[in-house]
Amino acid sequence: MTGLRYVYAVCRPLEAPLQAQLTGVAGAPAKPLAHHGLIAVVSEVPEQDFAEEPLRAHLEDLDWLAATARAHQGVIDALTVVTTPLPLRLATVFRDDSGVRSMIEAREDHIRRTLDRLEGRVEWGVKVYFENVESERAGQSAEPAPRPASGRDYLRRRRQESRAHEDQWQRAEAFATALHGKLSAFAEDTRLHPPQNAALTGAAGRNVLNAAYLVPRAHSEEFVELVDRTKDDSPGMRVELTGPWAAYSFAGDTPPEETPEETPEETPDEAPGGEEAEGRA
Amino acid sequence: MTVVERREIALVDLLDRLLAGGVVITGDVTLRIADVDLVRIDLNALISSVNANVPSPFEALEEQ
Repeated sequence: MTGLRYVYAVCRPLEAPLQAQLTGVAGAPAKPLAHHGLIAVVSEVPEQDFAEEPLRAHLEDLDWLAATARAHQGVIDALTVVTTPLPLRLATVFRDDSGVRSMIEAREDHIRRTLDRLEGRVEWGVKVYFENVESERAGQSAEPAPRPASGRDYLRRRRQESRAHEDQWQRAEAFATALHGKLSAFAEDTRLHPPQNAALTGAAGRNVLNAAYLVPRAHSEEFVELVDRTKDDSPGMRVELTGPWAAYSFAGDTPPEETPEETPEETPDEAPGGEEAEGRA
Repeated sequence: MTVVERREIALVDLLDRLLAGGVVITGDVTLRIADVDLVRIDLNALISSVNANVPSPFEALEEQ
């Protein structure tokens, strides 16, 4: 059986060794592969699961996706202890070591630039939920609402609730905007992820802000304190902090506003390893 | 209230980063994950599995 190469991250040469038993996505150990003064962290994965077709099928299997994502994160987590990794997107797979080396060669400058930009930084995730604390008070009656006696009762109650919701919604938006402004001013960079669906997270309340902040590791404590201080500012709002993460959300290409003149008219070629680099190695 | 969620990293938080973040490199074997499509597929699967356990409020009403 042939093994493919799953790449987790690229980083600068490690000053401390990777932990000995660092298990990757398919149970195989993750190891450094050095090339051109950079390190790709790689593990062997079976072709039967990670070739294009089976991978595509697996990615729609949530249990498989969850296990793979957690294993990927486990490797990245271990790396962040010893270095600042440039995390790759889930399921970046090469045929063999020489494919990984070609990738490093083709993207060397870009990788180095990004590593410089991220050096010593971590990502913090901040989510704001607004919880429906006032819905019970929203009705005219002070008593707990009985079951609706009729469809009309039900609709009337819904209308009252939706008015109350609108007020809360505006408050939530104002709260989230203010918090995001405050945290953005502190952070070096920010990314907004789409709000999470409550049905997915099982979290109480509605997610109104799902943001990532790039913060120097040395300033992390201050950042966490900044978040903590805002938590009780506003009733009905819940703030959740996750992290520190490797800088996943900031590992992509530099934001377009920083290099507007370089953006080509056509779809940007996201595979610089493709045409130009081929055949000249 | 959030104790349960914080026991381990929530899968959605992880997927926000692993499927939409990270450097996108075309491997020589495999697909580059088409982020939007993939996330939509997976989240839909998640939603439908979650929804199976959460009856819509309208069902209760219709029964009356």
